[in-house]
Amino acid sequence: MSGSVVIENLVKIYGDLHAVDDLSFEVGSGEVLGFLGPNGAGKSTTMKIITGFLPPTSGRVTVCGHPVETQPEAAKRCLGYLPEGAPAYSEMTPWQFLNFVADIRRPENRRERLDWVIGQLGLEPVLHRPVDTLSKGYRRRVGLAQAMLHDPRVLIMDEPTDGLDPNQKRQVRDFINEMAKDKTIIISTHILEEVEAICTRAIIVSSGKILVDETPEELRRRSRYCNAVTVQAELKEPVRTALGELEDVAVVEPERNQGLTLIPRPGCTLEGAVRDVLLRHNLKEVPLHIQAGRLDDVFHTLTHNVHE
Amino acid sequence: MNNLIAILRRELVGYFQTPVAYVFIMIFLLLSGTLSFYLGNFYEREQADLGAFFTFHPWLYLFLVPAISMRLWAEERKTGSIELLMTLPVTVSQAVLGKFLAAWIFTGIALFLTFPIWLTVNYLGDPDNGIILGAYLGSFLMAGGFMAIGACISATTRNQVVAFILSLVTCFLFLLSGFPLVLDFFQLWLPQPVVDAIASLSFLTHFSSINKGVIDLRDLSYFVILISVWLYANMIVVRARKAA
Repeated sequence: MSGSVVIENLVKIYGDLHAVDDLSFEVGSGEVLGFLGPNGAGKSTTMKIITGFLPPTSGRVTVCGHPVETQPEAAKRCLGYLPEGAPAYSEMTPWQFLNFVADIRRPENRRERLDWVIGQLGLEPVLHRPVDTLSKGYRRRVGLAQAMLHDPRVLIMDEPTDGLDPNQKRQVRDFINEMAKDKTIIISTHILEEVEAICTRAIIVSSGKILVDETPEELRRRSRYCNAVTVQAELKEPVRTALGELEDVAVVEPERNQGLTLIPRPGCTLEGAVRDVLLRHNLKEVPLHIQAGRLDDVFHTLTHNVHE
Repeated sequence: MNNLIAILRRELVGYFQTPVAYVFIMIFLLLSGTLSFYLGNFYEREQADLGAFFTFHPWLYLFLVPAISMRLWAEERKTGSIELLMTLPVTVSQAVLGKFLAAWIFTGIALFLTFPIWLTVNYLGDPDNGIILGAYLGSFLMAGGFMAIGACISATTRNQVVAFILSLVTCFLFLLSGFPLVLDFFQLWLPQPVVDAIASLSFLTHFSSINKGVIDLRDLSYFVILISVWLYANMIVVRARKAA
């Protein structure tokens, strides 16, 4: 068994809707898999099946060697799960809630683990306040603490940063990055910057099917903006014409402040040619920005076509 | 077993962290007291027993038990915490039993707190305390029956009001199934043996004999079987509909 989470031919049908349609993939230790897709693509359903909450219509899920359907308790023991929206028992305090989870998870060094998650997630100030009086950020952290309490080998998080402010998002991401070394992590998100910030691999699903399964780097290279050159300066008309007429330029997009973005033909680079043109017009000091590609553009292209 | 106790404890502590517990206990004590003194003519009967007190328990439970049971599962489904609970390494039966037992023990606490009326009747006269103990046991078992029905129905919906009303109606049917109100409806189209079977399901018939001091194994096992059947149904409902 190579991966910690192995998914084989997973299908989930609601009525006549194929929420998950023959999905197969493996995730191993040290990987942070970003599970992307438009709303309703089957991300949450897949996660609910992996965590044993929903039974699949057909197919198999194995977590740490335990088939979820036949050995649900063993599989659930080695995973931590943050459900969408991080639900918790609202009348309980984080301290009571974490102790309840510890009563069931029974980690070996219970006291140390509790102290560790509370410290790591900065829960001390709210430890004895009812969960329903906490801010969204704290509630999410309580959810993460609950998922991390037993130091699981597999961590599954459904939109862990959804609805958080930028600082809170950053905290959660830092935390996930810290965890990533020796765990298998699957997160679902539709925030693409998140994929670049924490994921080592990205799977885009749409209508329950896998569209791509690549590293974020490879994904970005699919973008038509990959190697596009943006000239951030007020350019006179002759320069603009000269740049537009370069052989390898596919499309010219105007930028604010009279600047330009030049999109290359597939597989071409433009930097050298653009610099030559600018030199010829005595514009040596003009800053150039080489784009690495835009994930949102790739995401849109991939998931949009499917729906057409 | 540990999981069951963890769930039970969480639920039970939860009651006392919200006003639910205090409101329930207050109302239960107030109503059970006033009903037995005013409607039950506790003094005028001039009998040293608690018949006037226990007669009203089925009717009190009819309203108050669904008020407790309605949140057992409906609330978990509404807030999504059911997803958390059922992805912990617990089995469905542990969750169902833990929740049910917590709610049942809670009504047991309320019932226990009626002990002043027992002290009163012992102060005023010389009652048969064996009968009273039996009636308490019968009342507790009956509360369990109502609670099991309510727990199962709570698992079918995410709306607590719907759970309350459906539980109340179902409990009402079970309460009165030995009476013409319910039986006349079935008599029209069902054979007599089936009608008799339905009549024998009545809470009131079974409870009133316990209340009179006749502790018959059949009455006790009736409530135990009833609770088991409804809890089993509860497990099936949770398994089938937890995400719906």
